[in-house]
Amino acid sequence: MGNLSTTPPSVSPSGGAGGGDDAGYSAGTTPPGGVHRSAARRELWRFLAGRVSGAVVSMLLVLLSAFFIFRVIGGDPVRAVGGDSPMTPEQRAEIEERLGLNEPLRVQFWEYVKDVFTLDWGQSYVSSAQVTDLMWDRLPNTLLLTGTALILAAGLGVWIGARAGWRQGSTFEKTQVGISLTLWSAPTFWLGMIVIIVFSVRLDLFPVNGMRSARGGDQDFLPDLLDVAHHLVLPACTMAAVIYAQYVLIMRSSILEERGNDYLTVAKAKGLRDDVVRRRHAVPNALLPTVTLIALQFGAIFNGALLTETIFSWPGLGLLFYQAIKIPDIPLLQVLFIFFAGTTILANMLADIIYRFLDPRVRRSA
Amino acid sequence: MRTEPQPGSMSGSTNVTTELKSPRSIVWARRRASLADFWRLYRRQRAGMVGLAILVVITLLTVLAPWYTDESELNAANAPGGRMESPSTEFWFGTDQIGRPILTMVIWGARVSLQVGLVAAVLAVTLGTVIGMAAAHFGGWISWALMRLTDWFIVLPSLVLAIALVIALGPSKLTIIIAIALTSWAGTARLVRAQTMAIEGRPYLERARALGAGNWHQMTRHVLPNLMPLVLASATLQVSSAILAEASLSFLGLGDPSAFSWGGILERAFDAGAISAGAWWYMLPPGLAILLVVLAFTLCGRAMEVVLNPRLRGNQ
Repeated sequence: MGNLSTTPPSVSPSGGAGGGDDAGYSAGTTPPGGVHRSAARRELWRFLAGRVSGAVVSMLLVLLSAFFIFRVIGGDPVRAVGGDSPMTPEQRAEIEERLGLNEPLRVQFWEYVKDVFTLDWGQSYVSSAQVTDLMWDRLPNTLLLTGTALILAAGLGVWIGARAGWRQGSTFEKTQVGISLTLWSAPTFWLGMIVIIVFSVRLDLFPVNGMRSARGGDQDFLPDLLDVAHHLVLPACTMAAVIYAQYVLIMRSSILEERGNDYLTVAKAKGLRDDVVRRRHAVPNALLPTVTLIALQFGAIFNGALLTETIFSWPGLGLLFYQAIKIPDIPLLQVLFIFFAGTTILANMLADIIYRFLDPRVRRSA
Repeated sequence: MRTEPQPGSMSGSTNVTTELKSPRSIVWARRRASLADFWRLYRRQRAGMVGLAILVVITLLTVLAPWYTDESELNAANAPGGRMESPSTEFWFGTDQIGRPILTMVIWGARVSLQVGLVAAVLAVTLGTVIGMAAAHFGGWISWALMRLTDWFIVLPSLVLAIALVIALGPSKLTIIIAIALTSWAGTARLVRAQTMAIEGRPYLERARALGAGNWHQMTRHVLPNLMPLVLASATLQVSSAILAEASLSFLGLGDPSAFSWGGILERAFDAGAISAGAWWYMLPPGLAILLVVLAFTLCGRAMEVVLNPRLRGNQ
């Protein structure tokens, strides 16, 4: 037995083939917490691998559907390039050659897969620029608009929703739920039109559309920043108004779920003010399900961005998509479709993973 | 064992007089009773009653449109007014860029918007119910694959996917309906799956299985009737999102160009420069119509959910 004590304990479990007695002894010497921890770590890796592989499968499904929707059942790309003007069979053949449309479907698909992985997404039918360049140019503008709208809507929505849920049955709750449902029922683009008519055309407080005034690009940093901010107000508020409702309603029902719990009774019994009980005890717990639901609604944000950018001519990805629809510019639509879908899949995967770290109950039950 | 399940043996309240009736009539009597119960609880939901009233009024206005408006005014050649006239006693909400009265357009547009919304919602909910029930009933890899597909559709930006589908299939009323249905069934599927699993654990399904009921019999005779209330509430909520989706697609120029829908009217207003012309009367009526109908369906759907789920009823 003296021999065993000199061997480092970490080696023994892995070398289990050395003998049953041997392995049993060393497992007994490791502290029980350590065994539990390594099992938990394995569990965590399995969880992460599951989530990541799920996202990869979803992404492959997106790539496959993008190919089939836009290449196979999509309209006549030759007409999209050449316009409605009549063309000779030779011109037609030349365009088909350029777009690779004369290849069999199998070859086209293989080319598509190769392009996807080499990030060569092809040229726009219209401007003959690389579609990825077009996309990267517009991406920061969309991030600015959606980011602002998201922070506005989620911040205000969670705050109002928590208060509404806390005072169930009050006039405040009923009004807030009513406002949220009304805003949810309004079509985004219509709200944008009305907002422009009231605040830009009638009151002349904000610019009608675009992201910068047509004063030439060579402005200093600060005036430029103020100019963009001035243009941002209406679109960001419109978009926030439409996605706001979800946050109010989700947060309200999560608070309602928490309300009957014992820990809140204890907190009240300690003599804490009602306000403090809500803020310090109920809200942090109610936020957890809200995080997941917010991630699930991520796709809705792109829907909102598409319509808002169209109405306000905000030069982002949504407007790019709208302009591509009008043509229709298939390579551009395809890359934007993949981008929108891919981002939502990624966001959901991250939310799932973050949720596990935020909520110990999920970790334990998994 | 393909006969009617014996309902009398389950409901303890069946009294002596019903014993003389056929099983079928007992089933119907019970359904009538639960419908009356449902209505009694629904009536207490004030918001739900408001929603229902709005829907009744709008349905009447839409159905009776031929009796109080003149459809021929919608023909470009017959336009009675001038170019983008502002509201007057003759045209309550002014005219569009070729002189057609906006109000008449909106009233007739209700047909397309409601039709597309209702049909798409029914299709989506049917698809979602079938997929959700299959995922719950069969288990194993079928369930896994169906749920992966459902999650995929829940996560993806629905409007973007619907746009892609409409572009691929070519814009028409039918393709819009298909695109909306295909992109909005997933929420129902998830809901139905959870509920089906709960129902399948109940003893009367065990009894049915023990008596040799097949998959089809279990699903149609035992699970589906119990799912129906939930499915109807889900369908009501689905109509509102389908109407919004139809409006968005039409606004983006993917609607049926020959038909008037509320989204299509807004598209024309946008393209005709109604915003810079300050022609609020061109945009207000179709948008308000969408808002009202969507809100009404949402209120009804939420009220139905509250009736079905006592936990949501709170301290009322």
